[in-house]
Amino acid sequence: MESVPFLNLNVNGARRRVETDPDDSLLLVLREVLDLTGTKYGCGEGQCGACTVLLDGKPVRSCLTPAASAAGKAVTTIEGLEENGRLHPLQEAFIEADAMQCGYCTPGMIVEAAALLKRTPNPRPDEIARAMEGHVCRCCVYPRIVEAIQKATAKGPALRGNGARRTRP
Amino acid sequence: MSDPRTPTGEGPGLEPDAGLEPERYELREGLPYHFALPRRGFLQLLGGIVVLVAARDAYTQESGRETRGSAAENDLAAWLHVAEDGTVTVFTGKVEVGQNARTSLAQAVADELHAPIESIGLVMADTDRTPFDAGTFGSRSTPYMAPQLRKAAAVTRELLKELAAREWGVEAASLTVADGKVTHAETGRSAGFGALTKGQKLVRTLSGDVPLTPAERWTVAGRSVAKLNARDIVTGRHRFTSDLGPAALGTSELLHGRVLRPPALGATLASVDPADAASRLQGLWLVTDADFTGVVAPRTPVASRALEVLRPQWTQPEQPEGRALFDLLRKPPENAREGRRGQPHVAGSVAEALPKAAHRLESTYTVAYIAHVPLEPRAAVADWKDGRLTVWVGTQRPFGVKSELAEAFKLAEDKVRVIVPDTGSGYGGKHSGEHAIEAARLARGVGRPVKLVWTREEEFRWAYFRPAGVIDVKSGADADGRLVAWEMHNYNSGSSSIRTLYEAPHQHIEFHPGRSPLRQGSYRGLAATANHFARESHMDEIAATLKLDPLEFRLRNLKDARLRAVLEAAAERFGWAKAVNAPGRGHGIAGGFEKGSYVATAAEVRVEPSGAVTIVRLVASFECGAIVNPRHLESQVLGSVIQGMGGALFEAVEFDRGQILNPRLSRYRVPRFSDAPPLEVVLLDRKDLPSAGAGETPIVAVAPAIAGAIFAATGTRLRAMPLAPKGVRS
Repeated sequence: MESVPFLNLNVNGARRRVETDPDDSLLLVLREVLDLTGTKYGCGEGQCGACTVLLDGKPVRSCLTPAASAAGKAVTTIEGLEENGRLHPLQEAFIEADAMQCGYCTPGMIVEAAALLKRTPNPRPDEIARAMEGHVCRCCVYPRIVEAIQKATAKGPALRGNGARRTRP
Repeated sequence: MSDPRTPTGEGPGLEPDAGLEPERYELREGLPYHFALPRRGFLQLLGGIVVLVAARDAYTQESGRETRGSAAENDLAAWLHVAEDGTVTVFTGKVEVGQNARTSLAQAVADELHAPIESIGLVMADTDRTPFDAGTFGSRSTPYMAPQLRKAAAVTRELLKELAAREWGVEAASLTVADGKVTHAETGRSAGFGALTKGQKLVRTLSGDVPLTPAERWTVAGRSVAKLNARDIVTGRHRFTSDLGPAALGTSELLHGRVLRPPALGATLASVDPADAASRLQGLWLVTDADFTGVVAPRTPVASRALEVLRPQWTQPEQPEGRALFDLLRKPPENAREGRRGQPHVAGSVAEALPKAAHRLESTYTVAYIAHVPLEPRAAVADWKDGRLTVWVGTQRPFGVKSELAEAFKLAEDKVRVIVPDTGSGYGGKHSGEHAIEAARLARGVGRPVKLVWTREEEFRWAYFRPAGVIDVKSGADADGRLVAWEMHNYNSGSSSIRTLYEAPHQHIEFHPGRSPLRQGSYRGLAATANHFARESHMDEIAATLKLDPLEFRLRNLKDARLRAVLEAAAERFGWAKAVNAPGRGHGIAGGFEKGSYVATAAEVRVEPSGAVTIVRLVASFECGAIVNPRHLESQVLGSVIQGMGGALFEAVEFDRGQILNPRLSRYRVPRFSDAPPLEVVLLDRKDLPSAGAGETPIVAVAPAIAGAIFAATGTRLRAMPLAPKGVRS
C-alpha cells in the first residue's frame, strides 16, 4: 500500500541496500530488515539509550533517527565493535567487571561508552555518569558499568584505534 | 501461626493456592481474553546417562493456577544428561532474567560433579524439554533448585565411578573424580566422562537423601564465576525474545503484530466494522475475535499505522479518580478472587496492653503504585504447526504461561510448547502470559509465525503494577524503651514480611485485601518493601519520641541474631556511632528480613534549603547463608538497593479515571547513573547456613533508611513512598 524506496546504508563497514518506508527509523531498519538485533528497543522516545548506535562515530538514538538520514554515513552497531573475532576493550571490560545483569541495556551502554572514550580517553567517574545519563539499566548495576568503563580506559591504546589490542585473559 | 522465618508453601500437601502470597494478584486473574469457541513423550532419551530428580523432595510443586500439567511432568524437578561425547546438560524449568541463575546453577552442578564449569550446559525453561517448574520467583532457585541439581550431579558422579570401576575391575571407592575425569590412583588409569558414558543408556531416578558437599569444601561454587553467556551479551549476539527473527527461529518468514488497545482502563471493545477496516488494511491482516482485535503486517510500523485507521467503538465504564486511591484501598475488594486475607497474627492483647503503655504512637504510611519497567518489554513469538502451538516468550512462569495458552485456545497441554530465551529482566513483572496469548491469536489468524513486542507505553498502561497500599501502625513502649504492644494493618499492598522480628509481647498484625483501581501484582520483594517501610519508619518514630538512637532502640528490642548481625555490620562500616546529624544533613538506618535472608541499610542524606534531597552515601549489609557467587551477589545487592531508591524517592504511577498519566520513560522517572550514590556492600558469608535467594530482600530496607535520614536532617517525617518526588516539603 506504500511505495517502497531503496536506501543505501553503510553498516559496520558493509554496504547494505534496504527497502524502507520514508518514515522508518534506523532502529527498525537495523532490527527488522537487516536482522541486526544487538541494538534494542526500550522506549521509543530516546529516553533509555538501548537503541544507541554510532553515526560517523557519534552516538545517536536510532529509535528517533530516520533511516534515510543515515544514508552516506557510517553506521556502527554493537555487532561492529568486534574486530576479527576480538572483543572491543569495552566488551572485555564489561565481562571482567560483571557490568550486566539481564544484559538488555548492555549493547547501548557499550556503544555510548565507545564514543565517550574516543572523545575522552580517561574520563573521571562523574564524567562517565554525565555521558551515560541518558542510558537506563533497570537492573541498576550502574556502579559496575562505571567500573567497566574505567577498566576499559586502562586498556588505553586500543581505544585510540592503533591496533594494539589486549587479547582476552 | 508459624515462625515468620519458615518459608511458606514449599511443602507438599498444602491447600491449592496456600503457598502463594496474597499479593501475587496477577496469578489469580482470569484470562485477558475469552475467544469465541470453535474449539508426551517427555523424555526422549539419547545415549549416555540421565539422572532424574524426583520432585517429591524438590519442593518445586506449587499450588495455584499453574499446576495444570500432567502428573508425570510434575513428578520431576530437573534432569541431568551426560552425553556420549562427555558434555553435561542440565535441564531446569527455571528462567534467566538477569538474576544469574544460569551461572549459579551451573556452578552448583560443576562443584558437585567435579567437572569444569565450561563443560556444563543448561537448558532452561523449555516446556518440551525441561521438567515442570512453578516459576522463577520468590527467591527459590538458590535454596530449592540448586540443592536438587547438586543431588543429581552427586548421583551422576557416583554413577560414573561405578562405570569406571566395572570397566577397570577395581573398587569404586578407590576412584577419585576431578576436573571432569575419573582416576584410579594406584594404576594411574583415567577416563573422561565421555569415554565412560559411550555406549551406555542409563537412566537413574533419584529421590531421598544424597550427601552433598558442604559449603566449606565448595570449589566452583563460592567463587565469582563470570556470567556464563556474558560474551553473547556484550557482542549483541544473544537473542532475547524480542530479537528473534526468521533465521533464529528456522522459519521462512516472521510477521509483526500489534494489538488494538482501549482508550481507557476498563474499556471494552464494542465493535470494529470488519468490512470498513479491511478496506483500509489492504495487504495486511486484521484479526478479530470477540473482544480482541489486532493487526499483522510484514513490519511493525506498518501494523502500528494500521491500528490508527481502525474505527473501533468502545464501552467505557466510570473509573475512580486518582485522589480517591487510599480510601478505595481501605475498602474490601469487589471481586472475591482478590479477597484472600489470611489469618491475623495475634499475640497477647494489644487492646489491654496499649492503653497502659508509657509511650504510645500511631501513624499511617502509604505506598504508591510503581511500574517494573523491564527494559525488554513483553515480547512473544508464536508459531502454529500441525495443530501444535510453540511460543517463545519472555516470562518468569513458562509452565504457567503454557497452561494459560492451553486454556485460551482449548488445547491439550501437550499441544503447547513454551520456550523462554534468557529475558531482559522481570522483577516480578513478567508472571502473566497475555502477550503470549495475543501473539498466538494473531499467528492463528494469519496462519504464519507472528512476533509481538509491546511498546513501552503498552507496558506502562496494560501490564500490572506493584500494589499501592495503606498501612496503619499503633505501638506502645515502656519507660525503658521496650516495645509492649504492636498493631499493624496493611491494606491492599500485601502480607510479605508483615510480621515483626522485634520483640513485643502484645501483637495484632493483619493484611486486608483492598479495592485496587489498577491492575496489580508481584514486584521484587512483594509487600516486604511496604511493610518494612512502615515498620522501620515507625521504629524510628518511637525512638525519636523516646529520644533514643534509632539503632540502639532497635537492638534493645531485638533478639534475632542474624538481623542484629546485619544491623551491626552496616552500622560499623557506615560509622554510625560517629555520625552526627546537623540541619540539612542526616543519617538513617533500617533492617529487615525476607525469603530467608537479612539486610540492613544505612543512609546519609543532604537536604538543601530548597528541599532537594541528595543521597550522600549508602551502606548495605546482607546475609543469605553460604554465598554461591560473591561478585554476582554483590551485583544483586547493588542493583536492588539502587532500584529501591527509585521507589523510595520518586517513582509513582499517576492515574485518574482510567488513564495512566505518566506512561512513558520521559514522564516516569527511574534511577539513572547520577542517582547512584557511593554505595558499599558488606556481605556476611555464613557457610554454616543453607544458601537463600538474594534477588529480592536487599530492596526492603532502602526506603526506611532514607526516610530516617531525611527526618534526622530536617525534622520532617515522611510517611508516603515515594518520599520526595519533588523534594522535601515541610
